[in-house]
Amino acid sequence: MAAEGSNSIDALGQFQLHSALGAVGGSVNFTQSNLMMVAAGLGVMALLWMGMKPRAMVPGRLQAAAEMGYETIMGMCTETIGGPQSRKFFPFVFTLFFFILFGNLLGVFPLFFTFTSHVMVTLALSLTVFVLVTIVGIKEHGLHWFTYFVPQGIPKALAPLMVTIELISYLSRIISLSVRLFANMMAGHVMLEVFGSFIVMLGGLGLLGYFPAALSLGVNTMLIGFELLVATLQAYVFAILTCIYLHDAVHLH
Amino acid sequence: MSQDTGGPDSSFEDRLKAARSKQGLDAPPKPPEQDGLGGSAWGIGARVGVELVSALVVAVAIGYGLDRIFHTTPILTAVFVPLGGAAGVLNLWRVFSPKQSDRG
Repeated sequence: MAAEGSNSIDALGQFQLHSALGAVGGSVNFTQSNLMMVAAGLGVMALLWMGMKPRAMVPGRLQAAAEMGYETIMGMCTETIGGPQSRKFFPFVFTLFFFILFGNLLGVFPLFFTFTSHVMVTLALSLTVFVLVTIVGIKEHGLHWFTYFVPQGIPKALAPLMVTIELISYLSRIISLSVRLFANMMAGHVMLEVFGSFIVMLGGLGLLGYFPAALSLGVNTMLIGFELLVATLQAYVFAILTCIYLHDAVHLH
Repeated sequence: MSQDTGGPDSSFEDRLKAARSKQGLDAPPKPPEQDGLGGSAWGIGARVGVELVSALVVAVAIGYGLDRIFHTTPILTAVFVPLGGAAGVLNLWRVFSPKQSDRG
């Protein structure tokens, strides 16, 4: 994709959607993004099923990974959400975290597509979280939940202004949650593509270009490691922010 | 491991803990990060940008939408832009306020 016989770098071409699975996929608009989502879902299930099959007292590597994932998310739920209801939200947060984590990590492999690099996908995820948080809040507190938008101890005259600002702040969660994940994933892959193009273009220059090309290769190697960090961190951030929002919905003020 | 075999005022666990921390075997408890979202300069910068801009985007969307409904084209957008800026600052205050508030 990079620098196909021209002198320009096509860094965004990698995010184009194509239909996958041949004619069948094309007729129902099943894209490579959807294919990766299915792969991520199957990957999570495979990790949990194969990891927990031995049920060993001393866990092997897969079982340790599965148990660690369970314990991390369970700890996150009980500590951040708090209260007796926190375990109720564990399945949701666990699914969300591992779906995003596998999507991010699978995207680091060459030729694989990162579905979290599309803002529409992350927006759908954050809208799910937002709607769930709102429903949980209303279910827990009834109409009293709407006092969330009225800060305590403000003068009556300022209330309309403050309620508007609080409402905007509440709605901005949708944008900030989705943009954070999407921007991080997309930026990393654009950087990889740009430095990958540098390698090809500088390497084509001949003797003069070999040294900077090798330098770009070094940068790309570091970027891959950095991508792994960002992939895990962003999945974690998405999950913990979901927990924080759930905490706000369960514990009003 | 019974705890009352030690001195009258400190149990074995307490004395073990004190000895371990004296020898530097236990890492000192790290100060909790805000929200645990990473504290690097890049992380904070990205967080600030996202929070400010997202509030502004929502405010402009609301203002523009209301303007389209009520046919008052520039007025409500102009009203909501400063409110969006204020909401962005409020978001930042929630994230970086010195006292860990219960509102997250």
